[in-house]
Amino acid sequence: MNALSTESIAARVREAVPEAEVELIPNKGPSGQDSLLIGAAKAVEIAAFLRDDPELRFDYASNVTGVDWPERVVKERVTATEEVDGETKEGKKVVETKIPGFLEAVYHLYSMERKHGPLVVRLRTGDRENNVTLPSLTPVYRGAEFQEREVYDLYGIRFDGHPDLRRLLMWENFADYPMRKDYTPPDDYEYEPTPHDAVLEKAKRHQADDGCGKGDPA
Amino acid sequence: MNPPSETGSPSPNPAESPRYRTAGYDSDAQLLEVSLGPQHPSTHGVFRMNVALDGEDVVKLKPVFGYLHRNHEQIAEQVSYLGSMPYTDRLDYFCSLSNNWAYAAAVEKLAGIDVPERAEYIRVITSELTRLVNHTSFLGFMLSDMGAWGTVLMYAFREREKILDLFESLTGSRMMGNYMRFGGCRCDLPPGWLEQARKVVDGYPAFLDEMESLIATNEIVISRTQRIGRLPADKAVNGSMTGPCLRASGVNYDIRKVDRYGIYDRFEFRVPLGDHGDCYDRLMIRFLEMRETLKILRPALRDIPEGPVMDPKARQRNLRPPEGEAYARVEAPKGELGFYLISDASDKPYRYRVRPPSLINLTLLEDLCLGEKIADVMVILGTIDIVLGEVDR
Amino acid sequence: MGITAKNFIASYTKPESLITEEYPEEKPKLPENNRNFPFLVFDDDPDAGLRCVSCKICERECPPQCIYIVQERDENGRPVKQPKVFDIDISVCMSCQICVEVCPFDAIKMDQEYELSSLDRFDPLIHDRQRLSKSNEYYHSIHPAEAAAVDAVLAEKAARKAGNKKAADNES
Repeated sequence: MNALSTESIAARVREAVPEAEVELIPNKGPSGQDSLLIGAAKAVEIAAFLRDDPELRFDYASNVTGVDWPERVVKERVTATEEVDGETKEGKKVVETKIPGFLEAVYHLYSMERKHGPLVVRLRTGDRENNVTLPSLTPVYRGAEFQEREVYDLYGIRFDGHPDLRRLLMWENFADYPMRKDYTPPDDYEYEPTPHDAVLEKAKRHQADDGCGKGDPA
Repeated sequence: MNPPSETGSPSPNPAESPRYRTAGYDSDAQLLEVSLGPQHPSTHGVFRMNVALDGEDVVKLKPVFGYLHRNHEQIAEQVSYLGSMPYTDRLDYFCSLSNNWAYAAAVEKLAGIDVPERAEYIRVITSELTRLVNHTSFLGFMLSDMGAWGTVLMYAFREREKILDLFESLTGSRMMGNYMRFGGCRCDLPPGWLEQARKVVDGYPAFLDEMESLIATNEIVISRTQRIGRLPADKAVNGSMTGPCLRASGVNYDIRKVDRYGIYDRFEFRVPLGDHGDCYDRLMIRFLEMRETLKILRPALRDIPEGPVMDPKARQRNLRPPEGEAYARVEAPKGELGFYLISDASDKPYRYRVRPPSLINLTLLEDLCLGEKIADVMVILGTIDIVLGEVDR
Repeated sequence: MGITAKNFIASYTKPESLITEEYPEEKPKLPENNRNFPFLVFDDDPDAGLRCVSCKICERECPPQCIYIVQERDENGRPVKQPKVFDIDISVCMSCQICVEVCPFDAIKMDQEYELSSLDRFDPLIHDRQRLSKSNEYYHSIHPAEAAAVDAVLAEKAARKAGNKKAADNES
């Protein structure tokens, strides 16, 4: 990113959009692509600002995708002072922090006019079950239309304000969201004598149920 | 705002659709719903469009995807980093080597791996040859979409086969290359490969001249493509159109020039742009791009240095990139191909995402087709140049 | 029209325009790098000379999981460095060559045999150990340069091993 650091963009957004929640999320890896976590309430205004501001001009939403973060426990070793039998002891202790699960929509924005980017923008849902609505950025970036549909299809994030939110790749009556980490694939495979142990086991179990399986391959 | 209906089907009356637009559509007229595809020679695979027609005019068009869906992204999250490489070949199976490059570039960015110079040259050469393959076969398919069965397609395939022979002697397979690795390429060029490649490249202008004289001034081609499916520049940018279709609308955006990834800053080439953004521009811009590609290939084949093709420090098996994420993109023949990876320091990617140019270029398909005739839908779809392996993944 | 006529006449007169191969009467000459499905290399004896030590790295790394290996055990139940079962399901295999790359013993290589069609889509498409085993000479005949390089590496390894053994013998 030439001249514009992610931090300065965050400052500009805070200045321009009142009450905007913007948080910088640093990237620990060598790619150095930091991202901005923006609050859902003002997301559309922020996106419109990013698109129209003459200096930023992020006019092109390249990539829109979802990420599933199930509930997880992070263990961290911290030095803590502890009082044992009236004595103050300093020792290392493992602290477990529970991070509640959420779904994330990630947008990679570029500027075609000023030829810079990427700016990584993230939106997070409240949880993974009931509170999964995010504002759609399709009214700002038309190119996000099919990709938001895909995120809805595979992750189950409902985009509020999307003109035509339907499943994109799976069929309409499909119930689950296949890209979630806790998704269990179906076991109704057609019997194939492959050495896929797990697959074969599941297929056999399924076919034993309906009584039309080919039986044991051996 | 239109809430998603429970059944997921679009509203029966297209006039209620929020983006409904047409030229002089009479809302009382009897609409005819036509399902184009999913098996139709001109839909380039199992792609279906629900089209509503007023007479012959298109008043609504909804693409239906997913017939070739295999959840490539989930498969990739269950195999190692190396194990996803052969699957990338099968995204856009015309351009397996550009796909390899995009994925290798993303992993290299994620793990901080360098690529030796010879490997960079090989990547440029193979990826530009891939562009020739793609655009050449595009011309053949495009003309068959317009009704010129056979002849042009066979000329195109004859030329394409010469490059596929090069790929076969280099990677072992005509189309499923699986050639690039993190930190270089799998194997060095076989002896005599460069001479053979030079011969193919030197013979290409004659073929392009022949093709151009067949197509460029052909009366039927002109009447079926000019002023059909016009795409204004601002709409193309907002709709995330990339690749030749974007540049045909006059937007100067080529990732080889913008990002200067690999060693593209060492070559002199121009970015061809269109004026009108109609089907004719999208068709002819491929000719111009192929001519520019030859300008990259000639010096690359001349200047390629000796040396290793793999970074000896780079691991292939049990690669565990540090925690973090990376998005890398290349200018694939069809548009911007990007890979977005999140690593949690294990040997499998936590999140693996392909940004497929074919799918995203279809976002504007409805806008291009509204108000045109039903027969033009095929031409417009043809000029967008999709491959269903990449659309549905 | 002119271009069509030119190409039509050229297809009778110019040898480089005659690009159709008359398969199956005429078999194409495959380039050395051509790959189809994997096979197992053995030296000298097809049973004892099999290079595979049943380490199962290829089974683990195979992206579509088409390899199935069971290790051989001797009469005391101890594992022997030989595969008892080595199956490759070529209806699943996608010819990606990753098994070849990860094999530390140069035991699995890519074949060029392509006439593999069968009337049944199940059993004939699972290639077992016997069908997969092919001699080093065969390997030389399809990938001469690569096989020579592999032989050199293996000879060096063997020499080093012998040298180490000698050194160990001398010490003791």
